[in-house]
Amino acid sequence: MINARKTLGALALTAMFGLSAACAGPAAETSGPAELRMTVWTSNEAQLKLLNSIGDAYRADHPDVSKITFESLPFADYNTTLTTQIAGGNAPDLAWMGDLSKDLIASDALVGLTDKLKATDGWQYDDLLPSVTAEYSRNGTLYAYPFSNSPYALYVNTDLLAKAGQKIDPATLTWDQVAAAGAAVHEKTGKAGFVIRDFDYKSWNVLATVWTGWGAAAWSPDGKTCTFASPEMQKAFSFLHDAAFTTKATPSPGTTADFFAGDAAFTIAQVSRASLLTGSFKFGLHPLPAGPAGKYAVLGQAGVGVLTSSKHQSQATDFLAYLTNPSNAEKLAQFFPPPRKSLLTGAKLAANNKTLSAEQLQTVVVDQLPNAVTLPNHTSPAEIAQKGKTALDAMWKADADIPAVLRSVCAAIDPILAK
Amino acid sequence: MSRASANARGTARPPFWTTRRRDVLSGYLFITPQLAGVLLFVLIPVGLAIWYSLNDWNVFTGKQTFVGAEHYAALASDPQLPSVLLATAIFSGGVVILNITLGLLIAVLLNRRFRGATLFRTLFFSPVVVSVVAWTLVWGFLLQDNGGINGLLATIGIKGPNWLQHGNTAMLSVIITQVVRSVGVNMVLFLSALQGVPSQLYEAARMDGAGGRTIFTRITLPLISPTVLLTAIITIVGALQSFAQIAVLTGGGPELSTTVLVYYVFQQAFEFNDIGYGSTLALMLLSFVMLLTLLQWQLRRKWVFHEQ
Repeated sequence: MINARKTLGALALTAMFGLSAACAGPAAETSGPAELRMTVWTSNEAQLKLLNSIGDAYRADHPDVSKITFESLPFADYNTTLTTQIAGGNAPDLAWMGDLSKDLIASDALVGLTDKLKATDGWQYDDLLPSVTAEYSRNGTLYAYPFSNSPYALYVNTDLLAKAGQKIDPATLTWDQVAAAGAAVHEKTGKAGFVIRDFDYKSWNVLATVWTGWGAAAWSPDGKTCTFASPEMQKAFSFLHDAAFTTKATPSPGTTADFFAGDAAFTIAQVSRASLLTGSFKFGLHPLPAGPAGKYAVLGQAGVGVLTSSKHQSQATDFLAYLTNPSNAEKLAQFFPPPRKSLLTGAKLAANNKTLSAEQLQTVVVDQLPNAVTLPNHTSPAEIAQKGKTALDAMWKADADIPAVLRSVCAAIDPILAK
Repeated sequence: MSRASANARGTARPPFWTTRRRDVLSGYLFITPQLAGVLLFVLIPVGLAIWYSLNDWNVFTGKQTFVGAEHYAALASDPQLPSVLLATAIFSGGVVILNITLGLLIAVLLNRRFRGATLFRTLFFSPVVVSVVAWTLVWGFLLQDNGGINGLLATIGIKGPNWLQHGNTAMLSVIITQVVRSVGVNMVLFLSALQGVPSQLYEAARMDGAGGRTIFTRITLPLISPTVLLTAIITIVGALQSFAQIAVLTGGGPELSTTVLVYYVFQQAFEFNDIGYGSTLALMLLSFVMLLTLLQWQLRRKWVFHEQ
């Protein structure tokens, strides 16, 4: 009996500790000079150097901010690390964000920026391109500044194409022509045809760079209904399935080929990946090939916002306004395609770009942005990605029943979309 | 009776710091660091997990809503859970059986005196000290369709399977990756136990005409059975906690074929941000580990040999 009492006492003590820890509320706004912390997923030295220089310049005029730290988190674990920091009461003041933005906005975890940015002298809010702010807005309020708007483009290894005796006309290029040339390259050289970079038969949302050409979409515009089983999507996946298992125009599952190492004739990747080109082969860079539904453009975005859990919301918001003002936006544009119309010309983007010409940047970035769609983005992105992947795994077999697999994707993600 | 009279009769009050009390105090002082560790890193986390399992937690805002047994009810209606439990059983079963049998077999072979025995022991043990993520990454490259293993098979005219893309071969791959890396621990434990078996028993058995198989089953196995129990417990617990191999090698796929319970806990809690349901699953995993350990501990009376 005594032992039982002791055990119960110990459990009660444990529960008390647990409850007190669990119920600890967010810390109040602190007084005195603020130390700001911003999480980023880049570890690129030049980019961090630029961010630090902007931070230093801001601090010189703002004694109420004593320190600004840019914390690099690995991209693969970025969302998990950020949410763990927030849940653990160690949230940063500002954060870069990708597909986590919908969840953060829906949870009121981001500070509305529109009023502050409009009220900041010389910020020029109307300079922002509406097509790139939509993803980070709700009810007319902007919650994250879309600092990077990098369209997907078609990279071509012209050396490999020449070796296989293939020619393409970028002006009239279609997906069928890319697949035919890719299959020929694979047959004649043993190298891969076309590669959808970062897809690797796992990250299916990147396939929006293909299925949009067939007029397909992952879900309805209001995000409530899955449209994976549509006839357009079936045709797009039939194309991909044929390319992987019949014509061999793209590497099959479990096979890797790195375009930037010279292992493939084509790749679909963001324009910002041009930094991976080493000059070991001649290349071409073009807008995405046309699909049966015509020409289209797809955009990968990143934004930066202020978290409501920040102990220094006002200073963090003020710093964000400074970081993204016209002058600093121009500096950031050397790495990230900006959201400002005034900066979106091929010549301006080429001024700090050693790899791409003004003409290439005009064609694959500036001309694409106004009508580009973004990759599928929704609340609960990780759960949708995982459930969709689990269902889509059945697609990547030679004898897959394509319509049935696509219906199973909808069965898996519809309950999450409906939440 | 006054104190003075009691002292006068030689019945003085015994000193407070008796030998027994000193022993008890030193005992408690010795276990205090461990006790603090258990409290801080086991009891409090388990208490928190129980609390979280009773709540819905919006990790973005820190708001918690008490939902009672809702997450426990969700276990029964989770359509993925049966597949996850099946994958957990296959993975753990495969790892435990292979790890113990191979560990014992290698230990028996290396328990003999021959040239290079130490080198072989080192070779079999060396994967244990390699970082699990680095180890798994290398195996990931080897197991690709156009990877090293299929390249080797091709040299002898065999078309290897696409190891990580099909359910059965993916599970086999993660089991083998795990076993090859960790079998060295069991090998060392078995080697130590084998070297503790008195040689007189073997000599007596041989004089009585016993063969190798009889000697192994009647002398070696019973005498090393306490070590078999220890390795079984360690291996089962280790198998149920294997995470990095799955996360790096297959990400739980294809489909749910390699999604084991601990990986599912991670997904729910840290990828889907459902800390409440993740905690419920973690408590279920804890229950499994405790039950299996208890079961083995109870069954030890049936098969573990203790010299009197």
